[in-house]
Amino acid sequence: MQQEKSYLRQALEQGLVGGAIIVLIALLGIVEAFKERSIVGTVLSMGQTFIIGTQFLISYRTARKAGSDQKMAITGGAVTGAVSGLVLAFLVLLSMLFDLRPVFLNASPALFSILAFGQSQIVGMVLLVVFGAGIGALAGVIDTLAVRIRSTILQIVAIVVLTGLLAELIKLVLGQWPSIGRAMNWMFAGKGLSIIGAVVVALVVLVYNVYQAYAPVDPKKKPFFDAENWRGSKGYVRIAISVAVLLILPQILGVYMSEVLDQVGLYILMGLGLNIVVGYAGLLDLGYVAFFAIGAYVVGVMTSPEIAPKFFGMTFTWWEAVIPAVLVATSFGVILGIPVLRMRGDYLAIVTLGFGEIIRIVALSDLLKPVIGGSQGIQGIAKPAIGGFVFQDQQSLYYIILAGVFLAAFVAIRLRDSRLGRSWMAMREDEDVAEAMGIHLVTTKLLAFATGAAFSGLSGAIFAAKIGSIYPHSFNLMVSINVLALIIVGGLGSIPGVVVGSFALVGLPELLREFADYRLLVYGALLVWMMLNRREGLWPEEAHQRELYIDKDTPADAEA
Amino acid sequence: MTLLEVNNIHTYYGNIHALKGVSLTVEKGEIVTLIGANGAGKTTTLRTICGLTKPRSGYVKLKGEDLAEYPAHSIVYKGISMVPEGRGVFARLTVMENLDMGAYSRKDNKFDADFERVFTLFPRLKERRNQVSGTLSGGEQQMLAMARALMAHPSILLLDEPSMGLAPVLVDLIFDTITAINKEGTTILLVEQNALMALSVANRGYVLQTGQIVLSDDAKSLKSNEMVQKAYLGME
Repeated sequence: MQQEKSYLRQALEQGLVGGAIIVLIALLGIVEAFKERSIVGTVLSMGQTFIIGTQFLISYRTARKAGSDQKMAITGGAVTGAVSGLVLAFLVLLSMLFDLRPVFLNASPALFSILAFGQSQIVGMVLLVVFGAGIGALAGVIDTLAVRIRSTILQIVAIVVLTGLLAELIKLVLGQWPSIGRAMNWMFAGKGLSIIGAVVVALVVLVYNVYQAYAPVDPKKKPFFDAENWRGSKGYVRIAISVAVLLILPQILGVYMSEVLDQVGLYILMGLGLNIVVGYAGLLDLGYVAFFAIGAYVVGVMTSPEIAPKFFGMTFTWWEAVIPAVLVATSFGVILGIPVLRMRGDYLAIVTLGFGEIIRIVALSDLLKPVIGGSQGIQGIAKPAIGGFVFQDQQSLYYIILAGVFLAAFVAIRLRDSRLGRSWMAMREDEDVAEAMGIHLVTTKLLAFATGAAFSGLSGAIFAAKIGSIYPHSFNLMVSINVLALIIVGGLGSIPGVVVGSFALVGLPELLREFADYRLLVYGALLVWMMLNRREGLWPEEAHQRELYIDKDTPADAEA
Repeated sequence: MTLLEVNNIHTYYGNIHALKGVSLTVEKGEIVTLIGANGAGKTTTLRTICGLTKPRSGYVKLKGEDLAEYPAHSIVYKGISMVPEGRGVFARLTVMENLDMGAYSRKDNKFDADFERVFTLFPRLKERRNQVSGTLSGGEQQMLAMARALMAHPSILLLDEPSMGLAPVLVDLIFDTITAINKEGTTILLVEQNALMALSVANRGYVLQTGQIVLSDDAKSLKSNEMVQKAYLGME
């Protein structure tokens, strides 16, 4: 009895939290902004998805906590759903009594009409509570189902919503082959899926799950990325296929998606570099964009027909400029490194932050205007070319970026496992002890800064070629913050983590361009969630994971 | 033969005069202990010897060679290994990786015999060699820090408060091991607050008070010295 009471109280609290989240979403204008955007035909709009999705997730969470008691799970779910509906009803009531608009710009009549299901407000309020309870009870029922059925249902819902969300992109990719594009037209309606399309997607997921359920289970099967899968003759086939996929990817995906891939690739390159500085050596660098800018500007100055002839009497090709670009960036890495050798942690972060800004402001200044063009930037930067082939567009530049990423990843992996890599990690753990082990802190630190800067310089050099003209404002603090955030989200010190992090923080926002106004909100929410629930990152480094989750087979005794 | 000679060193932290002319010598094959209260300058003396803080005046000589010229990291190559206070293991590396780091200063890479040796001294570490060292118990971390220092083949081992924060039974074990390491031929300079234990294993001892050596004698006589008994051994 006591237990039941406390559980219901939890359900109530969860409902309040869920309601508060939905009120926030609504008052930020997200619900209204996407009321027209359909996910599934006219049945489900994106605005509704946000409300229903939140209610469902929070009720499901409550139901999970009920454990094996089915009745309690359903009751709990329903209570949570109903309370969250009640909170919304309260918002509707408030809107009837007061004019909320002076304070909450988005509390428009249109919003309340959506919340009230298009009915009058009083009826809407009742509906909200009933509907919320319904959703919550549904979540509770789903929780009580057998694991296999439950996961199938959840997968169907998630994948249908996701396809609806990304329907436009899918159309775009399919549209590359007009005949296929036309043949698939029945799948889509408006910006989302059509009802038939949704049913088909659901069926596909269902069939796949049924197949999985009856397919023979191979007990020796390892997760896809397990190292063992990539060795031996079978491994070579896998590697060959993966490489082939990577090579034809831009042709399949088309120009827009290739552009997204290019951006992700440039950030992976930078991430790999910063990962060495922050992840391996533990030096918090907030001015990382500086080296990216330096790489880009060196290429600009050496290849632009407006500037290069003034200094060199000729213009260089991109290939001739890229090596100096990396070298100059590397030496600036050392130059920054020397004054900050004695700094750690927060102090280091502040100084590097300043360095990043200095480079940007110098690039803007009148002093260097004749050299690097001040705020007008540099135009006409050369594209890379091999023989007669010019890497002109996003689809071909992809290959340059891919090559750069592979090179950088290879170097990063080899360095990590080298003597130098070990001394970086020792330094990260404890500088004094590292020194007492015979590690020369000065060279070790400078090498970390220099290597990181080299990767970033390479990324900048490719970036300059990609967009053809560079301006100081491309190199603002947000780039540094983004790179830092992506290696943290991916998992500090982990190389696959950098790739995953780049796709999550650079790729996803590009795909969700529609949310332009709310991107930073999502970004921030994601970071907070990550730090609360998955501190080690999406794809953590082994050592970091070991530290957070001690292997249960070898418990640490506490006799001392 | 005098292995380590510390002559009249003055060390400062900013304006704080931490060591006011400390002199001591360690002969080859000895265990010498440096005892004193909190803040007497024991740790500072060790940090000065291995170069982590530089003395303003005075010198440290190893085998007759002045170490003033050498930065901290290269002093390891000269043959001084330190086990820092509070262990200082690399928490996110495994036991084996920590031992590898200990051998960082070695030119050769024939470590097998050394692994064998430290695992004989510390069987516990062998059991846990693939465990992340941050998850070891305090005693095990102390063992690891000592084993790591031995990997460098030091001619003198500096131990800073090896008994700090350990259960009594482990303190005994650690001190037994110190004796064992010494018997194998490694000279030891031991800094301790646990004066009784330190004086029972050491050959000679120095008493440090507010940055100055106030007393030095062989361990037995120090143990029976009235002032030492009163101040450090808790006897009336």
